[in-house]
Amino acid sequence: MSKIFTFKNDVDTDQIIASQYLLLPNIDEMKGHAFESLSDTFASEVKPGDLIVAGDNFGCGSSREQAPSVLKALGVQAIIAKSFARIFYRNAINIGLPVLVSPELSDAVQQGQEATLDLSAGTVTVEGKTYTCTKLPPYMQRILNAGGLIAFLNQDTE
Amino acid sequence: MGHTLIEKIIMNNTGLETVSPGQIVTTKVDRVMIHDIFIPFVAEKFKEMGFSKVWDPDKVVLIYDHMVPTSTVEDVRHFQIGDAFAREQGLTHVHRTDGICHQLMPEMGYAAPGQVVFGTDSHTTTYGAVGCFSSGIGYTEMAAILGTGELWVRVPETIRIEINGELPANVSAKDIILRILGDLRADGATYKALEFGGSTVEGLSVASRLTMSNMSVECGAKCALVAPDEKTAAFSKVSMDQIAWIHPDPDAKYEKVLHYNAADLVPVLACPSQVDNIHPVSELVGTKLDEVFIGSCTNGRLEDLAAAAQALESKTVAPGLRLIVTPASRSIYREAVKAGYIETLVKAGAIVTQPGCGLCCGRAGGILAEGETVLATNNRNFLGRMGPSSVKIYLASPATAAASAAAGKIVMPE
Repeated sequence: MSKIFTFKNDVDTDQIIASQYLLLPNIDEMKGHAFESLSDTFASEVKPGDLIVAGDNFGCGSSREQAPSVLKALGVQAIIAKSFARIFYRNAINIGLPVLVSPELSDAVQQGQEATLDLSAGTVTVEGKTYTCTKLPPYMQRILNAGGLIAFLNQDTE
Repeated sequence: MGHTLIEKIIMNNTGLETVSPGQIVTTKVDRVMIHDIFIPFVAEKFKEMGFSKVWDPDKVVLIYDHMVPTSTVEDVRHFQIGDAFAREQGLTHVHRTDGICHQLMPEMGYAAPGQVVFGTDSHTTTYGAVGCFSSGIGYTEMAAILGTGELWVRVPETIRIEINGELPANVSAKDIILRILGDLRADGATYKALEFGGSTVEGLSVASRLTMSNMSVECGAKCALVAPDEKTAAFSKVSMDQIAWIHPDPDAKYEKVLHYNAADLVPVLACPSQVDNIHPVSELVGTKLDEVFIGSCTNGRLEDLAAAAQALESKTVAPGLRLIVTPASRSIYREAVKAGYIETLVKAGAIVTQPGCGLCCGRAGGILAEGETVLATNNRNFLGRMGPSSVKIYLASPATAAASAAAGKIVMPE
């Protein structure tokens, strides 16, 4: 089972990981600062396999790939939002972090609820109710299936 | 069926006879821009992908701007990695102290009408102002372009924004784009292209158009284009013949068309802490300020410094308020010195800094303290962007910012 962490609309990349931490030498040193301006506890409480459920326009703002990268490094299994900002969406797929679109999930669940994600089916089940997410375009699905763009390109050249 | 501006540019680039929104196409990239913050990551991913040589060193531009000059010992590491990568790859377009990437790219002709350009920064949308398809990407995708010279894109739907008539004297391009952001909201153009047109846009300088395309990413836009004209040709140093094909068809299909009457527009502000939280300046008059910032890739151009100098001519910055002015590039800085704008601003009490991103990205050069309020001409007022989360950031035009700096509180621009 995965624990749900909820976020509202228009969560920007400065909130996910603030600019001043981008100069730290690697993602592992940055990840403890994830969502620092919104939550004192997210980075310490999130466990591998947990889910982020958000409203519209998740990841708006800068192009920083560190935003999806710190969430992946903290073990976030997937992000399910009403909608995503464009660059964050591409970046997440390129680093192999599943991003799913569900117009209804964020209004139906609460922080701390337990959920089960079936990634291949694109469904999330919370308290017996199953929500179906929108499928990725095929090309993006292939990148995600490979584990990200680096693995995808290496696969291509083999 | 006719095509929008972005569709025409994608068709020209890919050689496809027609494209339609939603289609996935592979573009041949004309130019890329990488800045100092992300060059270490691009270089690392490039190696991890198994590439050894960039596809075309002439098409790669490396710009140091977020950390110039350095403010911590660790900052130097980014320049060292960037310099090593440039040496190894034979990159010649490297700018170490010349200004902000989004000013230099169009100013130096790296991003030109009709081209396809990607950069490791969300505000890469800026070059749409010269009729260039430009958009921001992450560092992993940038590494993939460096190896292949290509990037896949989804052909976006286009929202046409028609602005007609004469602007009131105290309303600038910044007020126009803020108003549009307030109407479209922060996700109103996600994955979509904006296309600006109408007599007002035709009347705007290239600098003003750059301001509008720059901020278009704040409503999620993938790109924000203006059809090139005589002004663009002069700015980008290309002939009218070269740009003749870069215009939307009269029967182009738009997702929607928004109409604005320029005469109805008023000076506005983006209030804390969302870029789409737009209110008329008149509603906020009297709000006390600790700092005013005039600069950035949004509003650090010559006409912006001119507007600031005009508002502060024979005046002084209010006691206790800090006014920070940052020209967007070295050439703008020099022009502003020659024109006397810098003299006026310094005399009024401004701190004029070197061109760069420092304060706008919250790294250096005027970071605010707990509970303070700043009125700034840059593009983001996100929580914690220019200091602690308790800092209140208002965004406005240079004219509003400069008038408010003299008053020590928010006032209407003249």
